Amino acid sequence: MTAGRIALLVAAGLALGFILLPLVLVSWLSFFRDDVVVFPPSGYTLRWFRAILDQRNFVDGFVTSLQVGVFAMLAGLVLGVPASLCLTRYRFPGRESLGLLLLTPLVVPGVVAGTAIYVFQVETEILTRLPLVASLPGLVLAHVVITIPWTVRLVAASLMGFDRTVEEAAQNLGAGPWTTFRRVTLPLIRPGVVAAALFGFVISFGNLEMTLFLIGPGRTTLPIAILQYLEWRIDPVIAAVSLLQILVIGAAMIATDRYVKLARVL
Amino acid sequence: MARIELEAVSKRYGDFHAVRDFSLAIEQGELVVLLGPSGCGKTTTLRMIAGFVPVTSGRIRLGGRDVTSLPAHRRNTGLVFQGYALFPHLTAAENVAFGLEMRKLPDAVVREKVGRALKLVRLDDLGDRLPRQLSGGQQQRVALARALVIEPDALLLDEPLSNLDAKLREEVRVEIRQLQKTLGLTTVMVTHDQDEALAMADRLVVMAAGEIQQIGTQRDLYEHPRNRFVAGFVGRTNFLRGELVEPGVFQSDGGLTLRFDGQAAPRDDTAGARPAGTRRALALRPERLTLGAPADTARVNRVAGTVEFTSYLGAIIEYYVRLSSGEIVRVHAPNTGAAGDLAWAAGERVHVSWPAEVGLILEDEHHAQEAHR
Repeated sequence: MTAGRIALLVAAGLALGFILLPLVLVSWLSFFRDDVVVFPPSGYTLRWFRAILDQRNFVDGFVTSLQVGVFAMLAGLVLGVPASLCLTRYRFPGRESLGLLLLTPLVVPGVVAGTAIYVFQVETEILTRLPLVASLPGLVLAHVVITIPWTVRLVAASLMGFDRTVEEAAQNLGAGPWTTFRRVTLPLIRPGVVAAALFGFVISFGNLEMTLFLIGPGRTTLPIAILQYLEWRIDPVIAAVSLLQILVIGAAMIATDRYVKLARVL
Repeated sequence: MARIELEAVSKRYGDFHAVRDFSLAIEQGELVVLLGPSGCGKTTTLRMIAGFVPVTSGRIRLGGRDVTSLPAHRRNTGLVFQGYALFPHLTAAENVAFGLEMRKLPDAVVREKVGRALKLVRLDDLGDRLPRQLSGGQQQRVALARALVIEPDALLLDEPLSNLDAKLREEVRVEIRQLQKTLGLTTVMVTHDQDEALAMADRLVVMAAGEIQQIGTQRDLYEHPRNRFVAGFVGRTNFLRGELVEPGVFQSDGGLTLRFDGQAAPRDDTAGARPAGTRRALALRPERLTLGAPADTARVNRVAGTVEFTSYLGAIIEYYVRLSSGEIVRVHAPNTGAAGDLAWAAGERVHVSWPAEVGLILEDEHHAQEAHR
């Protein structure tokens, strides 16, 4: 092994350690027995995980995050799959701009997007009397904006190099456009669609900055419930709930990677 | 199965005429091959019959039913794609069943028909394999079974053999031809391979630059090519350029005065009718020319020359002969196995001779897509 190679491995190891250290610390912390975080801990316990259930904010936040995540994921698919089909298959004026537009939420800071969407929802509510602000539909609508770029990217990736003659074969055998999509196209891009669904959920589930502007009394998501709890105290409950969040997201991402290699699209 | 009629079918992309004024009636049970170089419009024509390319003008009828404006999925044609286009996520049997399910047949009927179709292409024990678990030849047969099982009005074959290796290709082409005949399938096949076309067709349509050059049987095309393109594309031909000096007499640019049979060529509408001096080409099939020693022939046309190059091609021996006029002709001599067959070596002086009826007079037109064969 050359010296250069060793240096590279050491650097990579350090970087990886730097990234993983907080996760490891949080996970470790969540098992400390003491009420106040002290090093070294006097012992270990699982009671903080039970304590989560006593915190209504965490339970409600988890449920809300789950609901928003699932709905935003579904809506992201319903909009993102047809959008990817159009973008990859047809040449039309404004195609490039549309592609860019669908990806812009990636580069707009969450705080900016959150403020904009909040103002938009307030104005819309005033105009139409639809209760949007701090409602579940309001949250879902906002989250669709951040899931769509990922849905489009993942589905479009699976449509690249798609052999369209199999669709012609289906038509030749008597399948109309919808049947062709359902029986041939969709099964063949299923990995991309599943990946898009899981990843869309992850993005929504973990979002903090944008969502900060859109919650209201009685409707918080889990990341915000954690943030609010942190404003008052630091104890291992926060570590335990964080660990749970990490596990949910981690599981979803590992599952995603089985369908589409995330390294290819991120 | 049914008659296929194309009536003045054209396809234009902007200023580009992909297919121009294509008219053809294909009889029930007939196999017609569209033959031409790539870009000649043959595949576009096939795709217009299948309904994947809308026609710019003209009508298409299948069994008397006007399908011109019907979408592909309502035309009832069976297309075998060049790359087979099997559904990769379905087994061979499910691939074959697809078209029957689209026709909403009861499960029992579907199973029975799929079984029979797979048996027909000798794949009855491989029905549960996925396409990627099958060899190229097997995939091809699944594609064929899938197209046949729906009992289409027309069987359409798009370069069906081009993805198979040479040996398999000959087997499969006999197989397809036999199946097509036994089942009485009205078939249109597209290919750029003249051997394949000649071996399989009842009739051929030679196309170039979007237009039909000639329609006819193998014999029609070979013996009576209508123009220089057909003569050059179907079989091998020597062309000598020149002009007619009087009926039955051709003068080449090199100065040879050659006789041809002006009356014998049925399509020879150009031979005598045009004024003398019109640019023409005299077409001579290489196997109808004879090489001889300078003194041993007494045929009408007899030209001295020198052997420039010989190729031993197995069944035939090919000689390139430079005529005294400077023009080069190829002569094919059968390889009879006799010792004298390679008698003519490069550099030897010979005579090339042929009877008058061998020469065909054609318009000396220049096609953009002239094929050199």
